[in-house]
Amino acid sequence: MAKRGLTCTVCPLGCKIEVEMSDGTIFNVKGNVCDRGLSYAKEECTSPKRVLTTLVRVKGGILPITSVKTTKPIPKELVREAQATLSKISIEAPVEVGDLVLRNVLNTGADVVVTRHTPRPSERSLAQY
Amino acid sequence: MTYRAAIIGAGIVGLAVARELMRYEEFDVLIIEKESDVGWGTSKANTGIVHAGYDDEPEKYPWRAKLCRIGNELWHELSRELQVPIEWCGALVLAFDEHDRGVLRELQSRGRANAVPALEFVESDFCSDLEPNISREVVEGLWASTSGTISPYEAVIALAENAVDNGAQLCLETLACQIVVRAGEVVGVDTDKGFQGADIVINAAGMFGDRVSRTAGISDFSIRPRRGEYFLFDRDATPKVHMTLFHTPQPATKGVVVTPTTEGNLLVGPNAKDIEEDERDATMTTRDGLDEVWERASRLVAKLPPRNTAMRTFAGLRPEPNCGDFIIEAYDSPGGLVNCVGMRSPGLTSAPAIAKEVIKLLKGRDLKLTRRRKWKSSREAIRKFRLVPSQEKDRLISIEAGYGKVACACEMVTEAEIKEAIGRGARTLDSVKFRTRAGMGRCQGSFCLAKILALLSQETREPIGALTQKGKGSNVVQGPIR
Amino acid sequence: MKERFADVIVIGGGPSGMAAASYCRKEGVGAVLLVEREGALGGILPQCIHPGFGLLELNEDLTGPEFADRLEGQVHDLGVKVLLDRFTKKLGYEGDRGISVECISPSGLEVLKAPCLIYSTGCRERHAFEIGIVGDRPSGVFTAGTAQSLMDIYGLLPGKEIVVVGSGDVGLIMSRRFAIEGAHVKAVVEILPYSGGLTRNIAQCLEDFEIPLLLSHAVLEIRGRRRVESAVIIEVDGKQAPISGTEREIKCDTVVVAAGLVPEVGLLEKAGAKIDPATGGPVVNEFLETSLPGVFACGNVLVVNDLVDHAVEQGRLCAGSVKSTLDGSLRRPTSWKRSVPGEGTRFVIPHLISGERDTTFYTRVRTPMEDCRLLLKELSKEVRITGAKPSEMIRLSLKGELLSKVRADLTFEVQS
Repeated sequence: MAKRGLTCTVCPLGCKIEVEMSDGTIFNVKGNVCDRGLSYAKEECTSPKRVLTTLVRVKGGILPITSVKTTKPIPKELVREAQATLSKISIEAPVEVGDLVLRNVLNTGADVVVTRHTPRPSERSLAQY
Repeated sequence: MTYRAAIIGAGIVGLAVARELMRYEEFDVLIIEKESDVGWGTSKANTGIVHAGYDDEPEKYPWRAKLCRIGNELWHELSRELQVPIEWCGALVLAFDEHDRGVLRELQSRGRANAVPALEFVESDFCSDLEPNISREVVEGLWASTSGTISPYEAVIALAENAVDNGAQLCLETLACQIVVRAGEVVGVDTDKGFQGADIVINAAGMFGDRVSRTAGISDFSIRPRRGEYFLFDRDATPKVHMTLFHTPQPATKGVVVTPTTEGNLLVGPNAKDIEEDERDATMTTRDGLDEVWERASRLVAKLPPRNTAMRTFAGLRPEPNCGDFIIEAYDSPGGLVNCVGMRSPGLTSAPAIAKEVIKLLKGRDLKLTRRRKWKSSREAIRKFRLVPSQEKDRLISIEAGYGKVACACEMVTEAEIKEAIGRGARTLDSVKFRTRAGMGRCQGSFCLAKILALLSQETREPIGALTQKGKGSNVVQGPIR
Repeated sequence: MKERFADVIVIGGGPSGMAAASYCRKEGVGAVLLVEREGALGGILPQCIHPGFGLLELNEDLTGPEFADRLEGQVHDLGVKVLLDRFTKKLGYEGDRGISVECISPSGLEVLKAPCLIYSTGCRERHAFEIGIVGDRPSGVFTAGTAQSLMDIYGLLPGKEIVVVGSGDVGLIMSRRFAIEGAHVKAVVEILPYSGGLTRNIAQCLEDFEIPLLLSHAVLEIRGRRRVESAVIIEVDGKQAPISGTEREIKCDTVVVAAGLVPEVGLLEKAGAKIDPATGGPVVNEFLETSLPGVFACGNVLVVNDLVDHAVEQGRLCAGSVKSTLDGSLRRPTSWKRSVPGEGTRFVIPHLISGERDTTFYTRVRTPMEDCRLLLKELSKEVRITGAKPSEMIRLSLKGELLSKVRADLTFEVQS
């Protein structure tokens, strides 16, 4: 029986959770204060997921790249491939926060959206409002 | 094309010589420099002192003794003509015991022999008046009011700009491999970019002075690297000092110094460590070296700022000649070779005087020298926006909006100044830094590095990924991320 | 030279400044000037592309630029007047006659005047020289924020073989970014025997990418004439002193220094404000007012925060204080009581309290402690804390009725 300690990331409480498992089966979870923590701990130990935040290329913007994220965590083992997929993508400026970059990346059910606004050079605000 | 003179080495001595040579119609000058900018050897990494000239005995080191005081005097006008920051703050050599008092007397007598004016003994009380932060253990001081501080890298850049403005050719990133001699006469220099013909070759190759000389068959001297390490403090650090403070000197070195710089920083150092003969660019700092500097400097003052608040530590090498004195010589065989090497301290101070000696040597070879009518004695520095009065700041911005955008917050360096530096030839981060001070402040470039790269790329059309910190092999980044 | 007048000037358009300016408007303050030296608002947030922002304030897990976008939306919706590309060169404090701020801008020099000022200029990074690294000075040595900016703003890869110095959250998050972008992070070197980062970051940034964490190690020296060629690391003892003989050279082309932040208090200090050496930021009372009446401070310049939500909260507090100052309702006590760090804590913000009002305190423990108690002996109060770490700010709100028990000092002590 192996014991694994982890910190729940669902809410700011950050409960310290202990999971007992053997051969990929979970036997016991303790330390969580709610059900969301329970689900998080179980998932983290059996099929961990991660939000991927990375960059994509922007054409015609004031900067050559902008930041993006997956709209929900994706299986940890797909992160590398998702990164490789996104590294080939180029979007057109202007881009706004929330713009869709890629739907259902690698069939995970997660979309990829823009997280940082990138205007075209002519649209850049001048010194004052 | 064959030049009248080729100068190997764009350090302070080579460029001071270039400036002098360009006064004369008979000379066209090619300056050959292996680095990506001028002054990147010893010239940029030293204490920046314009020594008064009491240090050296004329019998022992005749060139050093003679040329230091003359150079000191020449820097007054030269700094004005070239708009090089210089401060005539004076220096105090401090005595802590009887032995030291004796040394002060020796220095004063050397000073007299070298015609150094205004050298006075001062009691410890007066020392404190001159410099409140002086160590309480000081028993007496030698006050040299003609001593000063200069910005050494700005001096080099100014000399280079002026020489080029007067028609000298500057070839950077060009390594001089061999001085070519035929039938006992110099005919030119073999470089890694090809052969360059020259009637006269002036070897001002600093740390590599002996190796370059050897290629022409003159190997009666050797150069040994001597490393000095420094601490540099931010302008706002306290406590500081107002003048240069020295220990009594050692045979090898004037010793660790505590001094203000022309920009208001506090500079502490250098020690003097002889390193391996072949370590000609070993400018790393070391724990032991810095410890030694700190320990010695602490004895000069009542208080230094906390050591761990030092904004930067760095080291420079001096080219120590085995004979100890400057080597300034024009040879009969090979004819046309002039050696101008071994420029350890007081090389920076002496540089303008050394250049005049070289002219004398050339005149002595029956060379005709006719003054050019259109020789420009002055050059304009890049205006430091930080130092410009407020009304003038406003006016400058109205002419050039780039003055209204501050790129380096710590030193208040504007985009206009950086663009001007690039316009004057800066292609690397360090070249921009030494011309504008961008990156020389408390954050050591962490805020402005990306901006300077963007400006360099924008102005030169070079892709950012190809830009370097200090020339080939020092790429700042490893390329675009996508 | 142009002059502008306002009711309050906010210097620094990062999260705390944006929040302070917005809340000033929400509170009904008339003319609010937000002054920012860059060409856009956001401070450091636009380059922090990872999530973890807004958990407390918005109950959402946003990335840095998204959170900045929300704050910027509020700034504009609430009618804050924003001045970009304004470099503040001087703060003039004229007591009753108010505050003047001299700025350099592309339209010329400007002097801004107001009775109140909120100072939210953030921090700069501690660099390699400040942590005593010696050796060569090649290209390829970056502070974490610079590396982050090169990568996540300009799209440039700082290096391929990287050694990261410092295992706080900044170092950990950058390690992950480097690894995701295809660089090889050879080690994260940490001088303390424990990592300064969140446990989850150690898992998701280091373990996920098999990046070695070298605790109780320091980088002694960088080697490389032109570009970084290697870093010499050494093991250190309990007092962080190098253990000779344990030197090891790690071949790399980049060294990223994530060694902490230093508040940018220069202008404030030159104007006469008192600085707390423990935080590096200004001494403040419960109104987050500095020793210069009418001048307030918030965000990382006040105290290095780990959550942007706290920076925003501090901005909000400043706004309230400005409002009270302007309408005359701000009551300073006849004498201030002091909240001071004691055994186990590093600092306490605010430094001065009246003991008459509800007050939110911020403190940090000096060393990690499993189960401990925060003791406020003057109040006979104990707060149990599980797993306290120096890298996790302790935020404690205490009621005015309770604080009235304080006679002179309120000591914040932590014991196991």
